[in-house]
Amino acid sequence: MILDGKAPTGPIETSWDRHRFDMKLVNPANKRKYKILVVGTGLAGGAAAASLGELGYNVEAFCYQDSPRRAHSIAAQGGINAAKNYPSDGDSVYRLFYDTVKGGDFRAREADVWRLAQVSNNIIDQCVAQGVPFARDYAGYLDNRSFGGAQVSRTFYARGQTGQQLLLGAYSALSRQIKNKTVKMFARREMLDLVVVDGVAKGIACRNLITGEIESYWGDAVILATGGFVNVFYLSTNAMGCSATAIWRASKKGAYMANPCYTQIHPTCIPQHGDKQSKLTLMSESLRNDGRVWVPKKAEDCDKHPNDIPAEDRDYYLERKYPSFGNLAPRDIASRAAKEQCDDGRGVGDTKRGVYLDFKTSIERVGQPMIAQRYGNLFEMYEKITDENGYERPMRIYPAPHYSMGGLWVDYHCMSNIPGLFVLGEANFSVHGANRLGASALMQGLADGYFVIPYTIAQYMASVKPGEITDEHPEFKKSVEDVKGEINKLLSIKGKKTVGELHRELGSVMWEDVGMARSEASLKHALQRIPEIREEFWKNVNVTGESGELNQQLENAWRLADFLEFAEIMTTDALHREESCGGHFRTEHQTDDGEAMRDDENFCYVGAWEFKGAGVKPELHKEPLKFENVKLAVRSYK
Amino acid sequence: MNLTLHVWRQKGPQAKGKLETYQAKNVSPDQSFLEMLDEVNDDLIKSGKDPIAFDHDCREGICGMCSQVINGRPHGHEERTTVCQLHMRQFNDGDEIFVEPWRAKAFPIQKDLIVDRSSLDAIMQSGGYTSCHTGGVPDGNTFPIPKPVADYAMDAAECIGCGACIAACPNSSAMLYTSAKVAQLAALPQGKPEARKRVKAMTEALLAEGFGNCTNHYECEAACPKGISVKFIAKLNREYLKSMMPSSLGE
Amino acid sequence: MNLFTSTVGRKILMAVTGLMLVGFITVHLLGNLSIFWGADAINAYAKHLHDLGPLVWIFRLVMLCLFAIHITFGVQLYLENKAANPEPYAVQKTLVTTFSAKTMVFTGLIILAFLIYHLLHFTVQVTNPDISAHNLPLVDGHLDVFTMVVMSFQKVFIAIIYLIAMVALFLHLSHGVSSWVQTLGWSTGPSQDKVTALGKLVAIVYGLAYIAIPLFILAHIVK
Ligand SMILES: Cc1cc2nc3c(=O)[nH]c(=O)nc-3n(C[C@H](O)[C@H](O)[C@H](O)COP(=O)(O)OP(=O)(O)OC[C@H]3O[C@@H](n4cnc5c(N)ncnc54)[C@H](O)[C@@H]3O)c2cc1C
Ligand code: HEM
Ligand code: FES
Repeated sequence: MILDGKAPTGPIETSWDRHRFDMKLVNPANKRKYKILVVGTGLAGGAAAASLGELGYNVEAFCYQDSPRRAHSIAAQGGINAAKNYPSDGDSVYRLFYDTVKGGDFRAREADVWRLAQVSNNIIDQCVAQGVPFARDYAGYLDNRSFGGAQVSRTFYARGQTGQQLLLGAYSALSRQIKNKTVKMFARREMLDLVVVDGVAKGIACRNLITGEIESYWGDAVILATGGFVNVFYLSTNAMGCSATAIWRASKKGAYMANPCYTQIHPTCIPQHGDKQSKLTLMSESLRNDGRVWVPKKAEDCDKHPNDIPAEDRDYYLERKYPSFGNLAPRDIASRAAKEQCDDGRGVGDTKRGVYLDFKTSIERVGQPMIAQRYGNLFEMYEKITDENGYERPMRIYPAPHYSMGGLWVDYHCMSNIPGLFVLGEANFSVHGANRLGASALMQGLADGYFVIPYTIAQYMASVKPGEITDEHPEFKKSVEDVKGEINKLLSIKGKKTVGELHRELGSVMWEDVGMARSEASLKHALQRIPEIREEFWKNVNVTGESGELNQQLENAWRLADFLEFAEIMTTDALHREESCGGHFRTEHQTDDGEAMRDDENFCYVGAWEFKGAGVKPELHKEPLKFENVKLAVRSYK
Repeated sequence: MNLTLHVWRQKGPQAKGKLETYQAKNVSPDQSFLEMLDEVNDDLIKSGKDPIAFDHDCREGICGMCSQVINGRPHGHEERTTVCQLHMRQFNDGDEIFVEPWRAKAFPIQKDLIVDRSSLDAIMQSGGYTSCHTGGVPDGNTFPIPKPVADYAMDAAECIGCGACIAACPNSSAMLYTSAKVAQLAALPQGKPEARKRVKAMTEALLAEGFGNCTNHYECEAACPKGISVKFIAKLNREYLKSMMPSSLGE
Repeated sequence: MNLFTSTVGRKILMAVTGLMLVGFITVHLLGNLSIFWGADAINAYAKHLHDLGPLVWIFRLVMLCLFAIHITFGVQLYLENKAANPEPYAVQKTLVTTFSAKTMVFTGLIILAFLIYHLLHFTVQVTNPDISAHNLPLVDGHLDVFTMVVMSFQKVFIAIIYLIAMVALFLHLSHGVSSWVQTLGWSTGPSQDKVTALGKLVAIVYGLAYIAIPLFILAHIVK
């Protein structure tokens, strides 16, 4: 089937404004009659719930943590982009639009990206009004820094905790609506099913994580803003609870999963220290502004103390391979290059999966105090985790799974192919194409939540009768029973392996075979291994405890069960996409010097997969992509 | 290294809890405290026992989810560190470690080391915001904010809402937590219009939620993994005094 | 009104009344110290006080109010705080708080108990009628307070009661004198340490000065 993104046509500059005018409105008195469910209260969901509640809708919001303030958006460090052009360095809405389309390796819908760039400025104003303490210069005006993949300074930041401050801003707006009783917050709830009635999304079933009760909620529309899925790799920079569960369950009810093979591997993470590790920690990529990346030229030097290796025996491979961007090459390129060095036997550290990030040259140039002022908190964090002093010896870094560009397919209205199901933030596939630029995920989450969904949902609401279907409908009861059945099944297996062990097994397959570089052979290997692990899971997992209580093992178990199905669709997507683009690198498709080779002729489309049953090949639907404003071109950073 | 753990186990909110003893074997100094507990849990699961329930999520020290009192200190003895960032190299072979949940009337225990912190959300809902609408706000640069003021607000805003301050306070007072938000917003031009109302509402909510009163022990500051200063409590007190003064509008 | 019910309001009342009480003990101390200048000095001071007439009663009424407010809220806050923190940790540890901060209500109650005794002893003069100033010969036509005080403190039992009370006062002040700076919102972070240190110093000075009176008499240095 050919999917229609329903993007407005005509001049892109006015596309969103014209479209806003064309959309239907719901009058204030009627809004009160509608109920909207918002699953996920990170940047995207929190902003959406607060804004919709303020508009007058009845909102019920859900998250699995004990408070909306703890969504993983909190962990974003670097910053948020906006086309304010405060530094007058040549930025504009058009340039942000252009950079994002190009950075995404031409795999995003132009109109969506334009809208994102356009509303980016409103986000900054909104956050300032909420009291977000962005960094300021001495004159008292907002400060900007530059970030990977852009030639202008357009990134706003709040120390190294931008995500935290933006989320706390959204949380405060949400808190205000909770107080005003327009939003009802249900924390410690995990959505385990989407209730679809006659092909339309009408509610959810969740587990109360404290009491273990399975509850159902009805709504005239359902919004998912449940974040990313890179925990499919087991080790990632995501929080322990991040999962594909919400979007995967929706997918099993008919929502299409778009571009699941586009995952971002972030180059500057602290390497794994052993097999007991539970997660990987990101260090802001701003470090690459002053750090030089290298590995020893000779494999036999790898165990030496780095300070004992003379300059002529070091390979500053990014500077060598990408003379013009050097250490600031985009994320996908820097990550892949690190992997190549380690595959070549020249990795460093105990596990030999690490490269050096060396500040010696910068310390000599500007002095240690200056470096400390810029990155002090990161050096501290590094030392806490590794027990090494980054000023005295080079840091060790290695790429780690970080972000999912893919997600549920949505049209220009952020609505999935299931009417009434909207998807926001990292959970949808929309604006980043095959690769996301730094500081633009925060921008997308808030754009979707504050400035897109409040408009686009009205168009849908105007077409449904409020409260037409409630939890009286038999589908709700069925949904609750289905979830209960699955939980009982998980608890009754009582096998020998822990959920953690099986997740690690899946993770290592995904990382080795569907990680930074993928080949037909590796993907086929994964497609063989995933079902095996899944089978073992359903036969041999040991989930302790009971269903009617707080049971974290059980939570982990269903998240893994979903990853075990999701991984297959992700791998299938990677295998079908016979090109290299952005975060998706197929070893068969590269130039002689190892650069990615896109195939615009055959793959300039969004691949959206329809679930057909576990272990059954999913069906591919395509949304062709047209580039009318940014010319398709080869991305080069040489 | 090998360690002996004494961990608070409690089936549910109403159940009686007690300390149980476990051995953690072959602990690597590079592991975090939570990774050490993960392994203890794996052993428990394998021997058919209920693993220890504890809150955690980001494991990067920012979400504020992790919450354990280790040897009498919230988040353990390393300064400015959350449990998830506390590494085992801070301990020695043979150590005995006591692990307990946050304790306060306003934080009822839900299971083992997990407590209910919705009381903290309730304080925010009482006034921890500016009442701006989505959209219709002025350009971000309309009001210049002197850098020291922005930095001051940011110092306060770094609070991760974990509740260690309350766990550490002999009175279980949530004053540091509340004051951090009051101070942040009172310092900024965007927060000033509602400053009077906010400080009253939030301190009222603090008592209503069952937290105690501040008597200036400063244990909160010492326990805070983000080093939030008690100067913000002084600021809250000042804001409160200001709110008692008659306003020029004669309110 | 909010001032009497809110968490900060009541603390402010505590701080203001506490400060006024500090004012009182300052004046009281200066008066008492006149004992080191000999019998005439302190007797003159006592006479001076008596001559104030109705003013003394106004002063006593104010003091009563101050104490009533200070004590009522002190005990109330203490009980609330106990209730907010019902369960102790198996390993109980504190880092920066002090013994004096943890025992404010107890040192306060010791002071209260002492105060009652003190009034019965020196003002109403019923506890030891034998050495009551009313039963001692007049000096130059007025009461011999000096002799009363000296004879009192020469009794080990009475001196010990006073010494204990003065230690309690010292402890109370060593937290209280700096604490109000925070409570009234005047501290601004880094200066807090200095304020705390200064508070302790003041408490030590008051403590030593107050202790000196019974101690010097007991040791027969003043006689
Ligand atoms: C370490 C790190 C650093 C980053 N740094 C940057 C940066 O500097 N700049 C930038 O632009 N981006 C950055 N990103 C990316 C960015 O932070 C995220 O993409 C973005 O915050 C995602 O927001 P979200 O609202 O979509 O999802 P999240 O914030 O992840 O929120 C998901 C919500 O869904 C809920 N949820 C999930 N599943 C369920 C379920 N089944 N049932 C109920 N609720 C559920 C959760 O409770 C949560 O409330 C970073 C990401 C990481 C991991
Ligand atoms: C001469 C007598 C007294 C003096 C000079 C005095 C002084 C003070 C001062 C200055 C404070 C600090 C207020 C603040 O925290 O801001 C204080 C607090 C307090 N006082 Fe007193 N006080 C006296 C008697 C009493 C008595 C009789 C009680 C009886 C209960 C009492 C109980 C308390 C309590 C409970 C506190 C609060 C402790 C805290 O904030 O930690 N005080 N006092
Ligand atoms: S788990 Fe997030 S702060 Fe510790």
